[in-house]
Amino acid sequence: MEHVTAGNSFAALAYLVAGVCFILALRGLSSPATSQRGNRFGMIGMAIAVVTTLVTHLPMQGVGLVLEGPQGSVVATGPLFARIDIVAMLEILAAIGVGAVIGIVTARRIAMTAMPQLVAAFHSLVGLAAVLVAVAAYLNPMAFGIADMVVPMIGQPFAVINPVSKVEMGLGAAIGAITFSGSVIAFLKLNGNMSGKPILLPARHLINLGTLAAILILVAQFAHTQDGWPFWVLLVLAFAIGFLLIIPIGGADMPVVVSMLNSYSGWAAAAMGFTLENSAMIITGALVGSSGAILSYIMCRAMNRSFLSVIAGGFGAEAAAGGGEAKEQRPWKRGSADDAAFLMQQAEQVIIVPGYGMAVAQAQHVLREMGDKLKEHGVRVKYAIHPVAGRMPGHMNVLLAEANVPYDEVFELEDINSEFAQTDVAFVIGANDVTNPAAKTDKSSPIYGMPVLDVEKAKTVLFIKRSMGGVGYAGVDNDVFYRDNTMMLLADAKKMVEEIVKALD
Amino acid sequence: MLRMVPLPVPGRMKGRLMDFISILSIFVLACFVGYYVVWSVTPALHTPLMAVTNAISSVIIVGALVAAAAAGFAVSKWLGLIAVVLASINIFGGFAVTSRMLAMYKKKERPAAPAKH
Repeated sequence: MEHVTAGNSFAALAYLVAGVCFILALRGLSSPATSQRGNRFGMIGMAIAVVTTLVTHLPMQGVGLVLEGPQGSVVATGPLFARIDIVAMLEILAAIGVGAVIGIVTARRIAMTAMPQLVAAFHSLVGLAAVLVAVAAYLNPMAFGIADMVVPMIGQPFAVINPVSKVEMGLGAAIGAITFSGSVIAFLKLNGNMSGKPILLPARHLINLGTLAAILILVAQFAHTQDGWPFWVLLVLAFAIGFLLIIPIGGADMPVVVSMLNSYSGWAAAAMGFTLENSAMIITGALVGSSGAILSYIMCRAMNRSFLSVIAGGFGAEAAAGGGEAKEQRPWKRGSADDAAFLMQQAEQVIIVPGYGMAVAQAQHVLREMGDKLKEHGVRVKYAIHPVAGRMPGHMNVLLAEANVPYDEVFELEDINSEFAQTDVAFVIGANDVTNPAAKTDKSSPIYGMPVLDVEKAKTVLFIKRSMGGVGYAGVDNDVFYRDNTMMLLADAKKMVEEIVKALD
Repeated sequence: MLRMVPLPVPGRMKGRLMDFISILSIFVLACFVGYYVVWSVTPALHTPLMAVTNAISSVIIVGALVAAAAAGFAVSKWLGLIAVVLASINIFGGFAVTSRMLAMYKKKERPAAPAKH
């Protein structure tokens, strides 16, 4: 079944080229101008990896033979003859075809607002695939070239798997399983099949740490003995811990969770890459692993919370309980669509601050229309994006791009925050916590220290909100509502913007 | 007389191309490459970044193909085939959705945009 060494080193070289293509794919994303080319590099790399594997691992039909002389003097092994197994080859190509159709149809049909769910669903597939590959490698180690020696026995010969490979497989299977079940929960929460509220089990930290420790012990046990039970038990535990880790995490912390699962899917691929000694898998795993880790870090920094506190979960629940008590009636101003249109028409510059509410209301298209109308009136329009706005990193940017907002009108927090002071109107749509000045002043606030957009420094703040009652995810009241320069626009975000567009005519 | 003796497996086991340390070296260096490359990604493209990393992490299909092509053990072959389907969904779906997203990122058509209508 194995080819000569020359073929193998050629394959290794091809995998390395594939790995380099993947690096270039990510490198292309440094600017929207080069991003499409980067994506093509990714496709080329994947094609190289798949074709190389298909060519070097043609499914063969063969007859294996183990002969032994009387004194153990003549030992002959290996297939007597081998030919390509056409049926198996067709099965593989059909499997790729089925996946291709499902993948492309999904990618074409999915709404941009559903992107976080889609990414979570895709992560779960990588996780499950990693688990299946690990199980297959455990059941058929000869095929993966990870057997140290084979003990011929009546029936199936027993292959002793290399201990290092067993550790890699065990870890790969565990990380894959965590990625799978964690992503399924993240998908259900993002898709609204499951409440975004944190679900808190008693003693959950103890249960989680205990399960993680048990998984590591089982990996060691599996590497030591190659018994079946530690492998299967660790798989079950890993599926369980993925589930347990994600249920206590609230909806708005999902950007961190999705990034973290992204990272896990990379580490799972890397672990299986070690098993297969495959440089393309190892390079990819390292790239994806660090990518997810960096994104998690960026998201946590944007909330001024430690990664551990996000992963520990329960943020939304505890804060909401505390925030409900000290509520006082404070005066606030209500505005209409006509008022808003009038104010913005007169403005020199308007900065629009979108948040998750814009995604929920699907208001991005009509928002861009409003921007166009304002530009006709000679107003400069800019968009300010907070890193954690939305449910995944870069969520708002994609939605605005979908609505044809040019990307050079869209700015990150640190690039635009100083401009609010010279801006006539800050237009907040579907965002709340990320504009709360309490993060700068109130040390007792749960969001203290989080970098926020200084909307209150603008001459006028127009704040679209469904009603005055609700609070943001952090469960804290927003001082901006009650400021003299704030006008509340209470309505559904999309309806309100539509009315403003009409009023601008 | 038949005696049970461990036999060396022909093929890759004996002629391993890489030892553990060289694989580890690739991994560690790739982590550093990943660190610097990902920090250079513009925040506006973080969602496409997640979609494309998701697509390339499906390179796990290599392992799935090895399992699916191997003769001798039906269960592992079928697990391999299922994994091939899952990974292909991700590969084609991931790249397609990334390219769909990236196509939406446009610059202003005209630098000093006068009124269109």
